[in-house]
Amino acid sequence: MGGKSVNRMPMNKRLSEETTKRQAIIEAQVVPDTSRCVQCGICSYYCPIGIDVRRHAWLDIPVLDSHCLTCGECIARCPRSVLRLDKNILFTASIEVMNKLHDKDLQKAGENV
Amino acid sequence: MYKYLVIGAGPAGVSAIEAIRKLDPSGEITQVADEDAGYYSRPGLAYYLTGEIPEDSLYPFADTDFVRLNVCQEKARVKRILPLEHRVDLHDGRQLAYNRLLIAVGASASATRVPGVDLEGVVKLDNLEDAHCILKFARKRRTAVVVGGGITALELVEAFRSRGLGVHYFLRGDRYWSNVLDETESHIVERRLKEEGIQIHYQTELAEIVGKGGKVAGVMTAGGDKIPCDVVGIAIGIQPRKGIAESAGLKTERGISVNEYLNTSDPDIFAAGDVAEVFDPTLGKPILDSLWGPARRQGYTAGLNMAGKNVPYYKGVPFNVTRLAGLTTTIIGAVGGRQDDADTVGIVRGDSEGWRQMPDALVAQADFDINRLRLLVGENHLVGALLMGDQTLSRAIHHLVFKKVDISPIRDKLVEKGHPVTDVIADFWAKINAADGKDNHAAIQS
Repeated sequence: MGGKSVNRMPMNKRLSEETTKRQAIIEAQVVPDTSRCVQCGICSYYCPIGIDVRRHAWLDIPVLDSHCLTCGECIARCPRSVLRLDKNILFTASIEVMNKLHDKDLQKAGENV
Repeated sequence: MYKYLVIGAGPAGVSAIEAIRKLDPSGEITQVADEDAGYYSRPGLAYYLTGEIPEDSLYPFADTDFVRLNVCQEKARVKRILPLEHRVDLHDGRQLAYNRLLIAVGASASATRVPGVDLEGVVKLDNLEDAHCILKFARKRRTAVVVGGGITALELVEAFRSRGLGVHYFLRGDRYWSNVLDETESHIVERRLKEEGIQIHYQTELAEIVGKGGKVAGVMTAGGDKIPCDVVGIAIGIQPRKGIAESAGLKTERGISVNEYLNTSDPDIFAAGDVAEVFDPTLGKPILDSLWGPARRQGYTAGLNMAGKNVPYYKGVPFNVTRLAGLTTTIIGAVGGRQDDADTVGIVRGDSEGWRQMPDALVAQADFDINRLRLLVGENHLVGALLMGDQTLSRAIHHLVFKKVDISPIRDKLVEKGHPVTDVIADFWAKINAADGKDNHAAIQS
């Protein structure tokens, strides 16, 4: 409402880009490739939240901590390309499970008819 | 009470302890190490030297981790091993009995026989103590000369340069790390070093380190040139610390000889990590490497076997990711290259002899600016690869090499000129994963 227009793109396109970017971040988590990691500690040192990303690489687990901002700092700083952003399996699993549950409900509903 | 004894505080020793504890919750585990610092990331020293991380960050384990693993840690040096008595004698006079022993004492920098090597200001980069030395000299000095090859030589070069010293890097040969990199790759690295202000001297051999008042004042080359400097870094190779095993009568060659179960010539003694020379069944010979990943996996396998399992160490494909002149570089499989490098003798840190097997292979390459991809293409699978700069395809290529994926559908396209190799591989990878039902396009670039 009012004020300066800082972006000349049409409103709907801007929103859709923002949504896509946010969706990508929401759906993604930091995933290590343990075989590359030499436990140097750069990732944990630069994490703004103080997550021990290095320990995740040792244990070969993705960063599931909800505090993770997916800011990408650890990924960018790692000198060995150990870390990447990859699709969050938690949400994928939820969607699959929900679909399965939905199908089961439909089936049950069908039986009663 | 079953006694496990681990000599060494590196990733091999620590991984062995983790494996033993997984199988044996109650056995007694003792870890003996002569380094005050204990377990830390040796590869991280390079980043500590450039100032990217503080010293505290080098330690992956806290004291609580060792408590949780229920390990008795001893800071001591081993004097000798008595295999028949199942006993280890320490330098301080104590004796430790064991049922099963792991020797994971690593390797140390090869010494140069050049006169003046004992002067104050001659440094190497083996351990944290060396890193402290380097920082101490870098604070007070202005010019450094670095001699050697491989990754460690560049770590020394970068350490000095990042602290503001003028750096002269001596290459005895015509290019850098010639037994792993090809000409183009050597030149990419050398060009970047020169851009950082490092002076590279080709075909230059260090003949003497000249001193004044017990300190380094300059160096003399074999060609008779004198270069004034205050500090000299040496990285000409490493040697496994096999002495203790040799004295104990265990079989050693270049390192401590072990079979695929990491077992030495004594049934109750194992060896893992940089000190071990592991028999590779696929190559039919023992191989030395100095890599963190294999050290960890060897240690883990040795630990499992010490605790009663009979698991062979699966070598996989020799693989390392490192940073050369600021460029992330992945080396996978057999990349060929000369057997010897003029600047080093034997193995260097971050190196694998597995890379030097000369495959009967063609080369497919792609160059974009400083992004370099070299593939070694065998008859129907990729045998090796080197990626410098952009690492997007490195996981895909590693998989293709490791799993010996049949690349016949794209082999011709790869080797012919005119097809962008990176696109060919990327498309092939996408197809394979689509066939597997894997959603690989979920991988998001940051």
